Amino acid sequence: MSVLDIRKLTVSVESKTVLCEFSLIIPSGEVHALMGPNGAGKSSLANTIAGHPHYKIESGDILFDGKSVIGLSPDERARLGIFLSFQHPAELSGVSVANFIRAAIQARSDGHISATEFYKQLYECMDLLHMDRSFTSRSMNVGFSGGEKKRFEILQMLMLRPTCILLDEIDSGLDIDALKIVAEGFNSLRGGGISALVITHYGRLLRHIVPDVVHIIENGRITRSGDLELVDSLEEGGYQNVKT
Amino acid sequence: MEDEIYNAQNTGDFSCDVEYAYDSGYGLNHATVDYISDAKGEEAWLREFRHKALDVFFSKDLPGWFLHDDVKAMNFDKIRYYLANSKEIKQTWDDVPDKIKETFERLGVPENERKFLAGVEAQFDSEAAYSRIRDALRECGVVFVDSAVGLKDYFHIFRKFFATVVPVTDNKFSALNSAVFSGGSFIYVPAGVKVEQPLQAYFRINSENFGQFERTLIVVGEGAEVTYLEGCTAPRFDSSNLHSAVVELVALSGAKIQYITVQNWSNSVYNLVTKRAIAHADADIRWIDCNIGSKLTTKYPAIILKGERAHGEVLSIAVASSGQQQDTGAKMIHLANNTRSNITSKSVSIRDGVATYRGLVKTAPGLSGCKNKTCCDAMLLNSESKTATYPKIQAIGGGNRIEHEASVSRIDGEQIFYMMQRGITKKHAISLSVNGFINDLVREFPMEYSVELRRLIDLETENSIG
Repeated sequence: MSVLDIRKLTVSVESKTVLCEFSLIIPSGEVHALMGPNGAGKSSLANTIAGHPHYKIESGDILFDGKSVIGLSPDERARLGIFLSFQHPAELSGVSVANFIRAAIQARSDGHISATEFYKQLYECMDLLHMDRSFTSRSMNVGFSGGEKKRFEILQMLMLRPTCILLDEIDSGLDIDALKIVAEGFNSLRGGGISALVITHYGRLLRHIVPDVVHIIENGRITRSGDLELVDSLEEGGYQNVKT
Repeated sequence: MEDEIYNAQNTGDFSCDVEYAYDSGYGLNHATVDYISDAKGEEAWLREFRHKALDVFFSKDLPGWFLHDDVKAMNFDKIRYYLANSKEIKQTWDDVPDKIKETFERLGVPENERKFLAGVEAQFDSEAAYSRIRDALRECGVVFVDSAVGLKDYFHIFRKFFATVVPVTDNKFSALNSAVFSGGSFIYVPAGVKVEQPLQAYFRINSENFGQFERTLIVVGEGAEVTYLEGCTAPRFDSSNLHSAVVELVALSGAKIQYITVQNWSNSVYNLVTKRAIAHADADIRWIDCNIGSKLTTKYPAIILKGERAHGEVLSIAVASSGQQQDTGAKMIHLANNTRSNITSKSVSIRDGVATYRGLVKTAPGLSGCKNKTCCDAMLLNSESKTATYPKIQAIGGGNRIEHEASVSRIDGEQIFYMMQRGITKKHAISLSVNGFINDLVREFPMEYSVELRRLIDLETENSIG
């Protein structure tokens, strides 16, 4: 079970409201897409679920598997299985890719993994994502291209095996081949027991990661929900075209 | 768990009751010098050397470049300059008085000696309690004794180099050390002998209101090699301790010296040290210097590159935690053509800790082919943390290349959030960042030390979290 249940969530950043009585349920096993204009609150939602300290919850609740995660620190939420693929991943100078991912795995209560087993899994995942193994000793995200950073987000996702996945503009900065590879990586995890929220501006991502439900967010709340046809009308006529 | 952390953090924070057969009492004057000279049974020339040095100490002002108010206000009459339990240096740990032996056992000195050291000297307050070098090395003519034995048994070598690298008049604290020095190491490695395993000295302050003034001289013959490690700890007192060493290194043609320090004095120690080396032609000298402890450290290991193609390197790690000031750096003096030097300094400031880099790179007029590269990187962990860099470069004439790079970074909230989002605790996230920052330098320490060093640095960074 991994139901993400967001109830009437109102969130502010520096006293500006970014989410306004926002509600959404993503049942276990489903993938929901979230689209909306710049500044509508998409990234704010992802960051709030992950527990970013800048986002202040004014009211409402976020339940994961029936339990509120409000009041839990970001690392506690992550250890419950919530994973955020960042729009702009941070650069960690001096912290190697391998050491970082291993530290993240070992932070979990069941996280003990031998070095041999760790590298076996790491290389398998890197091969799946068509990544060069020499990257493992490089500093995390330092000097990586935009596309490389996104692949490393997916690599971490594959290694950490989360049960609630938030992809924040995973498609930005990716060429079409890289987009396919990243989508394949995600789809390999997809299925029973995982809930996912895919945030994007563009329909092309949703041809590779096909969502069960599509939501449109504007001014901090969901204005429409539907299936992939909603994406088509959005791409034809912009957000004006999908107004309720 | 919390107890464990407390104990580990205070590895050196314990003291024992020892009866001192020799105690010069408080204060510093010519009678103090006579007391020390009498206690040590010294020859007239050395007594005179000490008296002259004391006059230099009185005549010199405090150096202007370290502006710590506490040092300016330091009362030299509230310190004891010589404390010794016994002047006998034992060659087996079983002969060392129990309390002193227990102290060094708690600090892991005999254990390390068995594991990876070729020789050990253990100094307790003013005098060495234990000193031993492996027989095979002694048979090759390698000397590793305390300074008093060096002066007595190896007078001609000792006298030839003593106070030539750091003259008495160099600064107020080199004069102080010259007047009251006791303990420290004398090492001589004959030409061509390569000492594979390190020699280690451990300096322990046990008593409060006490000053430790060891004097170390290392002379390495043509083509010979040695690595020397020094460690130091003291209990934490409400009053202050003073530690003011002078260290002189001489690397003759083609010789190699590596001098490694892990300074972990308690926060009641003022650590004002003068360290300098002379590198003759083709010699290679490396100071690897890590400062974690003390209330204030001023230390700028220097290398005088006297012979052609000599190479000098300083690797410096400084961690300034709350209430600490680490004023460290390096000096490279190029006196011959085609000499090369490198300085790499990394500092971490935690809470209101202050880390300062002071450097001097100088080339004598008319030289060519000299190269220096200096990199200073500072990391600030908290908003109130401070750092400063004062590099001085004096290069006259062309044909030489001097590079200086500096950077300041802080661990920002987005980096911490990123790591925490992967399930890593905040404490571990900060530790990963700090270790990532200094990792390439920590790797230069012997394995036994680098593990300890990482652990000490982790303990310090834990203090950065409110």
